Amino acid sequence: MMTLKVNGRDHQIEAEADTPLLYVLRDNLELNAAKFGCGLGQCGACTVIVDGKAVLSCVTPLLLLEGKQVTTLEGLGSIEAPGPIQRAFMEEQAAQCGYCIAGMMMRAQALLQKNPKPSDDEIRAELEPHLCRCGTHMRILRAVHRAAHLMQTADASTLQRSAQ
Amino acid sequence: MTKGRILASVAAALLIGGGVAAFAIAWRPAIAAIEPPSPQSFDAAMVKRGRDLAAIGNCSTCHTVRGGKDFAGGLPVPTPFGTVFSSNITPDAETGIGRWPESAFRRAMRSGVDRDGEHLYPTFPYDHFTNVSDEDDHALYAYLMTRQPVHAPARANQLAFPLDQRFVVAGWKLLFLRHGAYQPDPTRSAEWNRGAYLVEGLAHCGACHTPRNALGAERASAAFAGGDVDNWTAYAINAQSPAPVPWDADALFAYLRDGWQPDHGVARGPMAEVVANLSQTPDSDIRAIATYMAGVFGAPAPDRKRRGEEVLARIKSPPAPAAQADAAGAAIYAAACATCHETKRRLPYGGVNLALSTAFSSPDPRNAANIVLSGVRPVEGERSPIMPGFAASMNDAQVATLLNYLRSRFSNQPAWSGVDKTVADARRAQTVFLQTSAGPQDAPADASQRDKP
Repeated sequence: MMTLKVNGRDHQIEAEADTPLLYVLRDNLELNAAKFGCGLGQCGACTVIVDGKAVLSCVTPLLLLEGKQVTTLEGLGSIEAPGPIQRAFMEEQAAQCGYCIAGMMMRAQALLQKNPKPSDDEIRAELEPHLCRCGTHMRILRAVHRAAHLMQTADASTLQRSAQ
Repeated sequence: MTKGRILASVAAALLIGGGVAAFAIAWRPAIAAIEPPSPQSFDAAMVKRGRDLAAIGNCSTCHTVRGGKDFAGGLPVPTPFGTVFSSNITPDAETGIGRWPESAFRRAMRSGVDRDGEHLYPTFPYDHFTNVSDEDDHALYAYLMTRQPVHAPARANQLAFPLDQRFVVAGWKLLFLRHGAYQPDPTRSAEWNRGAYLVEGLAHCGACHTPRNALGAERASAAFAGGDVDNWTAYAINAQSPAPVPWDADALFAYLRDGWQPDHGVARGPMAEVVANLSQTPDSDIRAIATYMAGVFGAPAPDRKRRGEEVLARIKSPPAPAAQADAAGAAIYAAACATCHETKRRLPYGGVNLALSTAFSSPDPRNAANIVLSGVRPVEGERSPIMPGFAASMNDAQVATLLNYLRSRFSNQPAWSGVDKTVADARRAQTVFLQTSAGPQDAPADASQRDKP
C-alpha cells in the first residue's frame, strides 16, 4: 500500500512496487488519458507530468513516485472548463486519431511551464520523442503556440489549474 | 668586473640565447593567403575520396555544434586545462579556411600550425594526423574546400595564463609530437598495415582510448588502455578490455559497420557519432581497422575466453532471484529496464542483456550513469537504436540504487565506489554534452537491417 498524489489528490494504491505508473493510472484510478502505446518508453503516448517534468509513465515504477506530484491530462481541465493547452488543441483541431495527443499535450504543458514562449525549434526539439502516425504535426505546433498565448492571457482560475 | 656583474652578463646572455632559441622553436611563418578556389576546380572523384576520409577522421563531430552548420565549428571541448572551441573549417574566406592554400592545410595536419603561423592546441589531434599521407591530405583538402562556406567567427577559448599563449604549444610539441608518415610493417599483411595507418593516424582512436599524462599528451606506454571523453569513459581496447565477452576481428567489424554487435551491445555517447560517420566508409577500411585492433586486443587468455563463454551460456538461463537487500534496485530494473533488456528482442531494437554490457563490468560507472540518465537518442529519419532516458523520473539516489543493483547482478566485479557522486556529475555533464553535441546524423549502414522491425 502506498500513497500516490495524482492531480492534487492522495490515493491509497494496492500494487507491487514495480508496477508501472501507467497501469495504476488506467486500471486503479480510471484515468484513461495517458495511453499505452509501445510499453517501452519509445512513443510518448503515456507521458504524464511528475514534479513539473514530462515522464514516460509506462517505464516508471510506482516506487519512484513516493512523495511526488503526478499530473495527468485530466488534471489540466475538464470538458466543461478545458485548460489552455486543451482549448488550444481543440481550437487548432490538432488531433486526428488522437492516440498520441494526450502525451503530446502533457510534454507541451511541461515545456510551457518552464519556457512560456518557446520558439518553433524549441517545440520541435521538445516533442521529438513523441510519435504521431496521422501527421497533424503542423497543427500540433500551432496549438502549442496558441496555448502559450492563452496561458499569458488566461484568467486566474484556469492558470491555477494548469499549474498543478 | 665584479663577480656579480659577470653573473649578470652570463644570465643576460642565457636569457637572450634562450629567448632566441625559444623563438626559433616557436616561430612559424605565415603562408600567403590565396583567393578562395572555386569548387569546380576540384576533381569530383577526389572530393568523394576526401568525404570518405573525413568520415573516418570523425571531423564533423568536433567541428559541428548542435544547431550549427556542418564544419562551422564552435563546439566547446572540455579539457583539464580549460575549454577549447573547435574552429570553422568551411571554406569561408573570413572565418574559415577559404584562403588557405593546400600547403597550409597540410602543415596544420602535419604539425598543428594554422595559416598565420600560430600554433594550434592539441585538442586538434595532429599528433595522429601527422601520419596522414600527402595524397589523403590532398583529398581531405578537396572535400573541405568544396563544402558550403559558413560565416562563423571562432569563439574565444577559455584557458588560463600561460596556456592562453599559443607559443606555449611549441614546447608541448617538442615533448610529444613525433612527426612522420606511417611506416608499413613488411612482416604484416596489407590489410593490417592499412588498419594501423588509419587507427594510428586519421581515425585517431587513441585520442579517446589512450590515457593522457599531466600535460595532456597520450601515454605511449599505455596505448589503448582506456581514456576519457566528455565525461564518458572510453574503454580499454587492448588486453585490459573490460568487455564480458572478448572482442575479435569479426565482432569489431560488425560493431563498427552496424553500430552494434549482439555480444556487446550498441554504440552510444561519443562512439555513436564515430560509428555513424563510419556508415560512409567502405567495408575494406572497416575490415582493416578491425584486423589491426584485434591484434591490439590480442587473443584472449584461456580463462578470459572461458569466462566469456560462461556469460554467453548464463544469459540463456533464467536469472537468479534478487537478494532482499536489492529489492528497490530490482523493482526499478523490472519496471524500467527489463521490458526491453530481457525480452530477447534482437538488437539493435531490443536491449542488450546487461550481462553482456561493458558498462557494468567496467571499473568506471560513468557510462552506465550517462546511459540511464540520457538514454540513446534515435537518429532523425533513420531506423536506429533507441532508449528512453530516466533523468526526469529518477533522482540521483534512485539512479545510484539501480546502478549498484545492476553492477552486483550483471557483473562478477567488486561493487563500484562513489556512485552517488558519479550520478550527480553525470547529470550535470550530460546536460552540457547533449546541448552542444550535434549527435549522430546517419544511422550506421547495414542495408539488410533497414526493413526489419
